[in-house]
Amino acid sequence: MSAPFYVSPEQLMKDRADYARKGIARGRSNVVLQYAEGILFVAENTSKPLHKISEVYDRIAFAAVGRYNEFENLRVAGVRLADLTGYTYDRRDVTGRTIANAYAQTLGAIFSGAGEKPYEVEIVVAEVGDTAEGDSIYRLTYDGSVAEEHDFVAMGGQAEHIAGLLRDRYQQGAALSDALHLAVDALAQPPDGEARVLTSEQLEVAVLDRTRGRRAFRRFVGAQLDAMLQNGNGAAATANGSETANGSEPANGSEPASDQT
Amino acid sequence: MTGTTEGFGRLPAAFHQPGVHSFSDFLSLHAPDLLPGRRNLGNLGMPGSTPLEVPHGTTIVAVTFNGGVVMAGDRRATMGNIIAQRDIEKVFPADEHSCVGIAGTAGVAIELVRLFQVELEHYEKLQGATLSLEGKANRLSMMIRGNLPMAMQGLAVVPLYAGYDLLVSDPAKAGRIFSFDVTGGRYEEHSFHAVGSGSMFARGALKKFFREDFTADDAVRACVEALYDAADDDSATGGPDLTRRIFPVVVTCTIDGFQRITDTALGEIVGQVVQARMTRPGGPAAPLT
Repeated sequence: MSAPFYVSPEQLMKDRADYARKGIARGRSNVVLQYAEGILFVAENTSKPLHKISEVYDRIAFAAVGRYNEFENLRVAGVRLADLTGYTYDRRDVTGRTIANAYAQTLGAIFSGAGEKPYEVEIVVAEVGDTAEGDSIYRLTYDGSVAEEHDFVAMGGQAEHIAGLLRDRYQQGAALSDALHLAVDALAQPPDGEARVLTSEQLEVAVLDRTRGRRAFRRFVGAQLDAMLQNGNGAAATANGSETANGSEPANGSEPASDQT
Repeated sequence: MTGTTEGFGRLPAAFHQPGVHSFSDFLSLHAPDLLPGRRNLGNLGMPGSTPLEVPHGTTIVAVTFNGGVVMAGDRRATMGNIIAQRDIEKVFPADEHSCVGIAGTAGVAIELVRLFQVELEHYEKLQGATLSLEGKANRLSMMIRGNLPMAMQGLAVVPLYAGYDLLVSDPAKAGRIFSFDVTGGRYEEHSFHAVGSGSMFARGALKKFFREDFTADDAVRACVEALYDAADDDSATGGPDLTRRIFPVVVTCTIDGFQRITDTALGEIVGQVVQARMTRPGGPAAPLT
């Protein structure tokens, strides 16, 4: 008969935390940046159909690093919670805080529960407000800790290093193209060696733009993303050729799509 | 392995269920009481019970044109002989490229539209791609089917669904109209259609106005004329209220998306229509040959 090993709770939690941290550190990085018109998300992602940045609700988006099936599951739960809250009450009653709290509770329960492996994920839930002061960025880690962040967040394999690069060059109220170039440069610069060149094939880029209509989320893909990456110091790109989640701009004499709640 | 911790301190399992892309399916798993069709109505509508007085909404018309489709609805809600509301809106955007108009019990209908809008957006967010127009029409017909128990007790909802089909290459054929019956049956209509208590009169008028080569402006004008004719003969359909500047809700769905015609622009069109009726109250004459 074999005696069960005793493991102290501290050791158990430390092992679980190390496991989750290592899993996240193995992966590629994301950057979340506040800019003049909202919040920019840039992820290193070579897959076109599998997204690391997604829309959750009208003014709320989700960005994650780590194990895809785990953060995808959380993403779906978050979208369902947002739509349920907006349907039960009103669209304006859905806030980033609601979603972040739900994620914190779920991740915390998963981490503390001895029966399942900890999720190897790190998540940012961002909400864009009517002004820059109204923006919120919440970062959630594998153990359910939630922190409110400002200006920028780096997640994933090279998070510390990228955050350092961003700290040096970040400016509040930057134009979209400047913010994009800063983010891409930070992602492309390894701690040692030559900076890589990241093309639109290796990046996933999206924004929460407070000046858009009801749905602030917008992806940039293909030719438009190429143009933005090459454009050194021009104005932010127009709506042509981008994959939008929103309706069209209204012509004269008509109102934009009004949402009935 | 995880049985004891499931559901404690975290989102319920229904939130994490894979393979469910529909918001109403999710509601039926997690919060079935929020679905419109699931209410216990007692003996409402049964023989011998007192009829429930609820607001009813009426005429909706839709007309296709080269480049899309127009939908218009009147503004009156009646409860028996009383006008319950003079400016109720019955035509809504379903999503970027489609619109839905509702006739029937106003309260239930508006709730169904709301659920339908969330349903379409929910699918798009989860899947990363929009449904085809036919897929959306199917979802709507299933929601109407779910409302059948209430419909049989007198709370029927009859929608009209129309949109620009992005999968159709010829813009002259991309505007499509779908009508439904209370059992959820879905029927594609061609050229034009109307639903509601004034639909017979509106359809008669459109039968004479409609041309295959309609532009958007022609189609809008035809809708306004048809609603005027419906209001002329059906007390439950409201005509334009010139004193209060309350006009029909008129929307277009084209490749550029959903747009609602502003009251300013509509005021012009309605003014012209009414002015012409001063001379000829029956509306524009249709040539006999």
